[in-house]
Amino acid sequence: MAYNLKEVVKRKTRFSAGHRMCAGCGAPPTVRGILSALKEEDNAIITSATGCLEVSSCIYPYTSWKNCSFIHSAFENAGATCSGVETAYRSLKKQGKLNGTKDVKFIAFGGDGGTYDIGLQSLSGAMERGHDMVYVCYDNGAYMNTGTQRSSATPHFADTTTAPAGKVLPGKIQPRKDLTEIMVKHNTAYVAQTALFGNFKDIHEKAEKAIYTEGPCFVSVLSPCPRGWGYPTDMLIEISKLAVDTCFWPLYEVKDGIYTINYKPAKKLPVEEFLKPQKRFKHMFKEGNEWMIKQFQEEVDKKWEYLLTMEKLTHNEN
Amino acid sequence: MIRERLSGNEAVAVAMRQINPDVVPAYPITPSTEVPQYFSSFMANGSVDTEFIPVESEHSAMSACIGASAAGARVMSATSSQGLSLMYEMLYIASGMRLPIVLTCVNRAVSAPINIHNDHSDSMGVRDCGFIQLYCESNQEAYDNLIMAVKIAEKAMLPVMVCFDGFITSHSVENIELLEDDIVKQFVGKYEPEHYLLNPNEFISMGPLDLQNYFFEHRKQLADAMKDSKRIIEEVSEEYAKISKRKYNLIENYRMDDSKIAMVVLNSTAGTAKEVVDKLRDEGIKVGLVKPRTFRPVPVKELVESLKDMKAIAIMDKADSINGFCGPLYSEITSALYSEGLNIPTVNYIYGLGGRDVKTSDIEDVFRSLLKIAKDGKKSQTTYYLGVRE
Ligand SMILES: Cc1ncc(C[n+]2csc(CCOP(=O)(O)OP(=O)(O)O)c2C)c(N)n1
Repeated sequence: MAYNLKEVVKRKTRFSAGHRMCAGCGAPPTVRGILSALKEEDNAIITSATGCLEVSSCIYPYTSWKNCSFIHSAFENAGATCSGVETAYRSLKKQGKLNGTKDVKFIAFGGDGGTYDIGLQSLSGAMERGHDMVYVCYDNGAYMNTGTQRSSATPHFADTTTAPAGKVLPGKIQPRKDLTEIMVKHNTAYVAQTALFGNFKDIHEKAEKAIYTEGPCFVSVLSPCPRGWGYPTDMLIEISKLAVDTCFWPLYEVKDGIYTINYKPAKKLPVEEFLKPQKRFKHMFKEGNEWMIKQFQEEVDKKWEYLLTMEKLTHNEN
Repeated sequence: MIRERLSGNEAVAVAMRQINPDVVPAYPITPSTEVPQYFSSFMANGSVDTEFIPVESEHSAMSACIGASAAGARVMSATSSQGLSLMYEMLYIASGMRLPIVLTCVNRAVSAPINIHNDHSDSMGVRDCGFIQLYCESNQEAYDNLIMAVKIAEKAMLPVMVCFDGFITSHSVENIELLEDDIVKQFVGKYEPEHYLLNPNEFISMGPLDLQNYFFEHRKQLADAMKDSKRIIEEVSEEYAKISKRKYNLIENYRMDDSKIAMVVLNSTAGTAKEVVDKLRDEGIKVGLVKPRTFRPVPVKELVESLKDMKAIAIMDKADSINGFCGPLYSEITSALYSEGLNIPTVNYIYGLGGRDVKTSDIEDVFRSLLKIAKDGKKSQTTYYLGVRE
């Protein structure tokens, strides 16, 4: 069925209002964007890693997780916790102990810290073992819950509280870890990178594919953070669009080894357009720091070229 | 009843087969590796319905146990030493979420230096994690306690750790009496949790952020559950005695009736010490032994009742607290005695670390020094390191 935003927003919500995420945070629309791809009749069990999302969505005795069940256990283990839930389902179902249960889908959410860094082993294990689950990383590019410390997902040169830009250091001295690519190499059933873009068609379709593709799937969603990035709260969608239009955050997917770029900007914007509205990159625009922007641009271009090549190569093979 | 000859690990794996848990996540570590190995062979031969999760670490093993148990499955795992240490964070979460996970802990020393042999540093190191801890002298006890653990855990809504000695118990073959499969099946019954993630009739959220206004009450509920688990352990043990003819109490008193001198000791060393008790008794020396079966909950009342008339006590710790004072068993048992107003000369022996052999002659030395303390009415030192080279 063709994507219809009006139809999708009418679906029963699985993540209700009243949570305590900041205004202008990308995580709640990410969660809604993913969960609204669930078929109305399907049940879902959500796992969350510790992080902004978890501590703001489930504060005893309240919960924002509605029309689904939810579990949080710790920071670095959403992959393992979710794999336990999913295995319980398979075991109980096989033994006929789950009478009357609808189809259940298993979706884990983790921030970039809980996914790229401390949770990488647990995620890798869960993907490698082949659990029928979707792991969604809402990537806000730092440990936001503890106050914007750098993670391996933090962009090159970004100013964070543990890699601050100072007189001698240029902010984060390493480029981002390419986790999406690492996930591709896990023989994952489906890997996608998406953002809060346009009319949410991209995130919706990728969520749908991930949820309804059997086996381990990984979806990475750029989830801007107004506090950590330093942009006005009403710029959430705009900043996401700039990330995509500069190709800082390409929208692509990999299934059965085939790379597909889902959006190619008609006019690829220079990275400055994405960097400029954000306080975390402010120092890059100071006189004498032009090399930072240049290097950032080169890195973005390199990844974009890589994706174009992979798309061409893998499509040609068929 | 079936007579068999099995190692401790085999006995536990057989118990797991008979229990037929829904999910077993596990990771290999000496000396507990055999448990998931034997169990996997049962799976390979189709004698269990269990789904095994070959996790990539013990942290993930306990995390997967938590996920599966929260989902509504009956869950078991096994580990030792570094594996238990790596689980540390998740052990507290398992109990805090009130999940009845049953974990076999084959006791082994904790690094550094690395050592694969037996002492109790691993389970003692996590003694405050909210797991019930059952300690086992023999293969038979390991088998029996594991079966009882399932029922205790589910009734108390607390995870249970069944601890026995690496190699000494885990790898030694002993005569054992097994129950028939269907008797075990009947005994453990079906697991029917009240709330669980896969319940088609309700949606629940588990593992919330719990702030100043609720956290304390939830921790108190956990403390109450541990306290109340004494009653549950006794009830389940009573029930188990009916099917097995083996009755377990919270502590075992060995020849304590007219004794004035006692040794308190856990696990397999109790077997060695019983020999010595018999020998001394043959010589007309009235000594006895107290073997706690539960260390969590601490069987305070039972310990005080058994020890209150002693003239001298030795408390044996196969783990050191590295606190410049004494081992964990000593500190808790003497505090139990003191709380009851008893001031009995009590000494502490740290012994057998890293699998150092404990001989009957070592134990006899301890009893003989207790005789002197009883006679003098005082001790000259509190803590000794039994048989260590200075
Ligand atoms: C083992 C462990 N280490 C550290 C923490 C502290 N901690 C909680 S949330 C968090 C940051 C989470 O960052 P991320 O995963 O990027 O999610 P975000 O908060 O940005 O949404 C940290 C460091 C923890 N809870 N557990």
